[in-house]
Amino acid sequence: MSLGTFLIMRHELLLIAAALLVLIAEIFWNEDKRRYISLFSVILFGIITIAGFLPSTAGTLFGGMYVTSATTVLMKNILNIGALLVFIQSVPWLKKKENSEKTSEYFLLLLSTLAGMNYMISAGHFLMFYIGIELATIPIAALAAFDSYKNKSAEAGIKLILSSALSSGILLYGLSMIYGTTGTLYFKEVAELFGNTSLQILGFIFFFAGMAFKISIVPFHLWTADVYEGSPVSVTSYLSVISKGAAVFILIILLFTVFPAIISTWQKTIYVTSVLTMTIGNLFAIRQQNIKRFLAFSSISQAGYILLGFIGGNQLGMASVIYYLLVYIFSNLGAFGVVIAISNATGKENIDDYNGLYHTNPSLSLIMTLALFSLAGIPPVAGFFGKFFLFTAAAEKGYYLLVLIAVLNTIISLYYYLLVVKAMFINKGETPVEKFKSDFFTKLALAICVAGIVVTGFASIIFEAIKNLSFGV
Amino acid sequence: MSTGIPVQYFLILATIMFFTGVYGFLTRRNLITILMSVELILNSVNINFLAFNRYLYPHKLEGMFFSLFVIAVAAAEAAVAIAIIINIYRRFSTINVEDASEMKY
Repeated sequence: MSLGTFLIMRHELLLIAAALLVLIAEIFWNEDKRRYISLFSVILFGIITIAGFLPSTAGTLFGGMYVTSATTVLMKNILNIGALLVFIQSVPWLKKKENSEKTSEYFLLLLSTLAGMNYMISAGHFLMFYIGIELATIPIAALAAFDSYKNKSAEAGIKLILSSALSSGILLYGLSMIYGTTGTLYFKEVAELFGNTSLQILGFIFFFAGMAFKISIVPFHLWTADVYEGSPVSVTSYLSVISKGAAVFILIILLFTVFPAIISTWQKTIYVTSVLTMTIGNLFAIRQQNIKRFLAFSSISQAGYILLGFIGGNQLGMASVIYYLLVYIFSNLGAFGVVIAISNATGKENIDDYNGLYHTNPSLSLIMTLALFSLAGIPPVAGFFGKFFLFTAAAEKGYYLLVLIAVLNTIISLYYYLLVVKAMFINKGETPVEKFKSDFFTKLALAICVAGIVVTGFASIIFEAIKNLSFGV
Repeated sequence: MSTGIPVQYFLILATIMFFTGVYGFLTRRNLITILMSVELILNSVNINFLAFNRYLYPHKLEGMFFSLFVIAVAAAEAAVAIAIIINIYRRFSTINVEDASEMKY
């Protein structure tokens, strides 16, 4: 075995190297140069994102603990794109006086969580999976408590770390049962030895509950809204898009490759949780006043739609889940980009504050409208095609009632997304957000998001490429 | 195995510990006690892994290694959690969850 074989672990190695470089720069650069740390990190991560697209070979490392294939590389690249957007969006916020001391910590923590997610997606053994999932969640709790002078941020941090610790405890308890019945923790061997005994199903249910915490599926969603509201906006956008996306990716890989033996069991589980997640997420989103809480519940209901792609266990389902997450990254980060810009300029975070935004900041409100339309699934933006493929994947396997419920939920969601649009365009605000000019980074991130929303919808080649890399049960 | 204690006893102990931990997590109001409940859950998982490994699959050591990693990760988790709890104490002057809460559902 030569050193070259480690290169199939390129994504993770680059991320770790970048994290170390940021740390070294923080130590050795003087006060003047430190102002450029955020620019340095963004450029570094941009290079990593591009390097991720270089052709790669499939293979395994560490005796099958680490597995990489074209599918996992695709998932990592999608996460990289989203994380790059979050990096760019957070630069103006990090330039503020109170954060200037902590810039390198922010990037260090983000890079290590991303490395954790990549290891999690590439796992071939439950130990690697567990280490990855913990590396992906523990630093995020530190990030949620990043605004150490704000009460809400501290509260969000403790809520995130305690609920994620509980969820990993439950997940591990399920894993211990799976280990007890199969005697191995390698994905391949577990899949072969998995039968239909009740202890194994109990273990799977515990395991699924732990994963559901991470994706914030109802009834395991209660931490979501508080953590999203309390965290700094950039961290919220990272949580709602990248963390959730990575957890969805690994869950679909696990369900399709490790647990195909009990497909009829997890189909029932997914059916019930999907209906609950969509409905409860939507109903609670209607009554929210804070825009971050609103987007939190909207992201819960989006997770419910994503579960529709799981249920059939077919290749189209997996392709539509990956495609939907790509679209969701652009749409949600577009919406969050506008929220971040307004929050940075004025500190306002309520939906009422957006009254009359169109008259003062027309371009921001147009981008927000486009992003919300994409989240709601209105043609011709990309969100429509994403939802269409998800519903098709479920209908292909005969889940017509579930698709009907999902469509009804889409109509409910349209109502509350349009409430924000109405606030921006029609409502008259007494103290509207003043006209302000965004800086280069905000503009760049929003431009990429808008381009993504439009292009991923129309370029059918993207969905075809994803479909070729997907697989069914 | 000739150790005398049947494997079921370990599993029953682990189950009791797990649900004690869950109960404590949900009912306790002190953040440190909640953290202790989480540790109880993780230790019950360790007992499960070790008992299964020793009694059912003694020729391989996967369960042993897994529990080692669980201990290490639990320490990391506790470090971050306690750091945040200290910050909460500075903000709110209390670590009771009812008093240290600003956001309402």
